[in-house]
Amino acid sequence: MSHLTVQWVALKTIVVKEVRRFTRIWQQTLVPPAITMTLYFVIFGNLIGSRIGEMGGVDYMSFIVPGLIMMSVITNAYGNVASSFFSNKFQQSIEELMVAPVHPATILLGFVSGGVARGVMVGVIVTLLSLYFTDLTIHHIGVVVGIVLLSAVLFSLGGFINGVHARTFDDIAIVPTFVITPLTYLGGVFYSISLLPEHWQWVSQLNPILYMVNTFRYGILGVSDVDVVFSFLMMGVFIVILSSYSLWLLKRGTGMRQ
Amino acid sequence: MVPALKVQGLSKVYDNGFQALKGIDLSVEQGDFFALLGPNGAGKSTTLGILSGLVQKTAGLAEVMGFDVNKQSFGARLNLGVVPQEFNFNQFEKVEDVVVTQAGYFGLSRREARTSAEYLLKELDLWDKRDEPSRMLSGGMKRRLMIARALVHKPKVLILDEPTAGVDIELRRSMWTFMKALNEAGTTIILTTHYLEEAEQLCRNIAIINRGEIVRCTSVRALLANMKSETFVFDLMSQAPADLQLAGWVVRVVGEDTIEVVVKEGQSINSVFEALSAKGCLVRSMRPKSNRLEELFVDLVQGDNQ
Repeated sequence: MSHLTVQWVALKTIVVKEVRRFTRIWQQTLVPPAITMTLYFVIFGNLIGSRIGEMGGVDYMSFIVPGLIMMSVITNAYGNVASSFFSNKFQQSIEELMVAPVHPATILLGFVSGGVARGVMVGVIVTLLSLYFTDLTIHHIGVVVGIVLLSAVLFSLGGFINGVHARTFDDIAIVPTFVITPLTYLGGVFYSISLLPEHWQWVSQLNPILYMVNTFRYGILGVSDVDVVFSFLMMGVFIVILSSYSLWLLKRGTGMRQ
Repeated sequence: MVPALKVQGLSKVYDNGFQALKGIDLSVEQGDFFALLGPNGAGKSTTLGILSGLVQKTAGLAEVMGFDVNKQSFGARLNLGVVPQEFNFNQFEKVEDVVVTQAGYFGLSRREARTSAEYLLKELDLWDKRDEPSRMLSGGMKRRLMIARALVHKPKVLILDEPTAGVDIELRRSMWTFMKALNEAGTTIILTTHYLEEAEQLCRNIAIINRGEIVRCTSVRALLANMKSETFVFDLMSQAPADLQLAGWVVRVVGEDTIEVVVKEGQSINSVFEALSAKGCLVRSMRPKSNRLEELFVDLVQGDNQ
């Protein structure tokens, strides 16, 4: 059996296993973001948004929808890989992969694909829900698909690194709670950074999530606080850096091999 | 023919400074049923961990079917099946899925995986449980599930790290039959066990490891032939005299009507019966005090520790 055949079948196996995992527990993985985002649409979009009026040249509900969709994609892609990989470590079932002739790149690609699948699936669910509250028109489909996929890949890689380093279940909750959520809220989901004083605008531009949210918003509405091309380039660079680090961790067997 | 397993100068020092292996050499021929025995912490699991890719060696060479486990890990792992000591499958997955998923990691198509899983689960009496979550299985069933999982890609070499621990006697015997048949069909088996009777029954060759060093590596037959003495327990028909002595033998009175006699190499048990009859002691039954291999194992390990 050729090396390539084994890697291809192994990749399919990991992806199927990962997708089956989060769809089997859909009550924990797919329903909660749908409920949370619906509440955001009702409270921030409908109730409060109606008093705010326009933001960035569009009504407030239309303004926050792209940010909330992107927030769902990011948190679910991250959470899926972090919890799945750590759970494999915790149950020692990661050894099933370690004793098999599976290349580290295949393992990484498999887990990241699982994270992307969940991120995109939740993103689609939230998008469908948003249609009940507002009319969505897509300004640039290529930008929408590209930024969603790249964001899901980037945060899946982040979740993977978190899962590798985590020693307890608390460790996989720390980063989402203390890093991702604050960065998402400060990443222009609910406001345009043009509302901020100049020095806070500068600080906001150090937040990578700002670029994802605004690029996605550009794809939907055609308005953005950031340069779209720069966003794609920046994400590409981050993906290369995090992929390389993840592969190094896998080859070294950090947290997996004694 | 390349050896199924080859280990040269293999050493392992853990991060806490503990030296688990001190440059061991080992070679297991293809088709062998080989036992790796040793007390807890001797280095058995570390050796098997290095061979299976779960432990990083510090120095030395480790090969499976001629493939270096680090430099040619693809070939080494394709030829190896591993049944670890601890349960290490996803407890939430269904029994059949555990086996089929593992087959996928080895490149088997879904159809091949299902066929192989069905055969193994039937052989190991788990087919009726195929749709149950693996956490619902009993301890013995979980062990058999790990054996099925390790064999799903038809490896040439199978490592069994205490496969019958916690398994009842009847089941253990049926697992022995299965392992014997597997070995006769050509699979090289490396077994670690604390049941020395198991090693004596199943294995042709044996290595005893203690404190990270190989104390003895030979055939089971040669090892048993080297026995200097064996202790037998005699249950007598009447009370054993407290001061019972038999000329030429070491005798211990261990119970009201029970004695132990150490029979040395070259001595005949018939003579013990004659000597006991001469003392007016009739024997009701007789048995070896322990498994012969166990006695040798204790001698070798204790001798090494002193």
